[in-house]
Amino acid sequence: MNTISEAFLLSLQMMAQLDPELLRIIGLSLRVSLTAVIIGSIIGLPLGALLALTRFPGRDACIVVLNACMGLPPVVVGLVVYLILSRSGPLGTLGWLFTPAGMVMAQVVLITPIVAALSRQTVADLWVEYEEQLRSLGLTPMKAIATLLWDGRYSLTTAVFAGFGRAIAEVGAIIIVGGNINGFTRTMTTAISLETSRGDLALAMALGIVLLAIAISINAAATAAGNAARRRQGA
Amino acid sequence: MHARLSLLPLQLEDVGYSVNGQRLIGGITLRFEHGAPTLVLGPNGAGKSLLLRLCHSLIQPTTGKVSWLGPSGRNPQSRRFDQAMVFQKPVLLRRSVLENVEFPLKLRGLNATTRRDKAMAVLDRVGLAGLAQRPARVLSGGEQQRLALARAWALEPQILFLDEPSAALDPGATRQVEAIIESIAASGTKIVMTTHDLGQAKRLADDIIFLHRGSVAERTPSAEFFNQPHSDAARAFVQGDLTW
Repeated sequence: MNTISEAFLLSLQMMAQLDPELLRIIGLSLRVSLTAVIIGSIIGLPLGALLALTRFPGRDACIVVLNACMGLPPVVVGLVVYLILSRSGPLGTLGWLFTPAGMVMAQVVLITPIVAALSRQTVADLWVEYEEQLRSLGLTPMKAIATLLWDGRYSLTTAVFAGFGRAIAEVGAIIIVGGNINGFTRTMTTAISLETSRGDLALAMALGIVLLAIAISINAAATAAGNAARRRQGA
Repeated sequence: MHARLSLLPLQLEDVGYSVNGQRLIGGITLRFEHGAPTLVLGPNGAGKSLLLRLCHSLIQPTTGKVSWLGPSGRNPQSRRFDQAMVFQKPVLLRRSVLENVEFPLKLRGLNATTRRDKAMAVLDRVGLAGLAQRPARVLSGGEQQRLALARAWALEPQILFLDEPSAALDPGATRQVEAIIESIAASGTKIVMTTHDLGQAKRLADDIIFLHRGSVAERTPSAEFFNQPHSDAARAFVQGDLTW
């Protein structure tokens, strides 16, 4: 009990003093996860829309696989990306192993199925409502993708934030691919994992509090913005 | 827009549509030319909406043929862009009123200035210019339907299909919608419209197609239809006695 309250006080102190190591770790976490969520959305949103609008043999199987990939175990993704990026792997020449770029790549693999699967559902629902009208106006399903992504923008933010939530909170993939190198690839989650096992609970707890605060405030902001926009649009 | 070749006449030859072997509509042979509005009457389930969807190529007939016989009838661009449809429940994009009208104009390759001018002009004609920046989906039911009509009107279609456009509206909004339909017809667009409102059919129609149980019971000039319909089903319908 004593250790916990001591660690808690110490963590508050670190946050109040804007401890440089703390800031560096938070900065890297945000940079990696935001980059991953941007790339994952650029791939995942159109992919989800495409799956929602097209009909081809094997489509159902694709959807099942995609939905299953929402629950990919991060350590497995980390392992696979590690093998791909390792010196003898197919992308070994990139030199991305134990770098933030490699961590981004691992998180993109984790996030893209989440964004794609959730946006597929949203776009499919919207297509039911819009299909006749859009076809009447002369749109082909392929051309309708951009329209549906734009008109579904408020619902689709949920998919993007789900992806971000996954990325910022996961530790398994980036600790394998990034290696948790101090000052270079150490993020909030990997640091918590390390510091806890080393017994430096103050830093771990400070990072934990920041992580929670980021997760809560981002989701609160997203919900508020989405609700306000939805009300305004009457959608 | 530009000097256009005619897409019409539209011809349906022995058109039928079945789902899982069940015939919903069949044996339809009709021809639509330029001219005054044609109204499609019939009880619920007679196949009115289905007929419009077949004409507008939203669904493909299971038997028979729908063809455009005019000089531009073989041009896919013209078949896509020179016809329009307004649905019973307007489908509006989650955008502003103005952007809803501009959307299909953009698709037709008009530049930004032309789009805006055209859209504002047509919004003005339906009395929605003051609401141009409003999100479309917060409009009232009557305003939404006027917007849907404006969006179709801006395309200057050669033929416009209207599927019970005022079925869900109060008398005041219905009157506004009818006035807009008359203006569209007067601007040279052929109107083909379904309704189950006899008064509305009397007010708008030049000729009537009466559908009963998935086939055409008769096609008669409006005045004649309401005085002495040819088919028993239409006679019963006009008297309010038609039981399915």
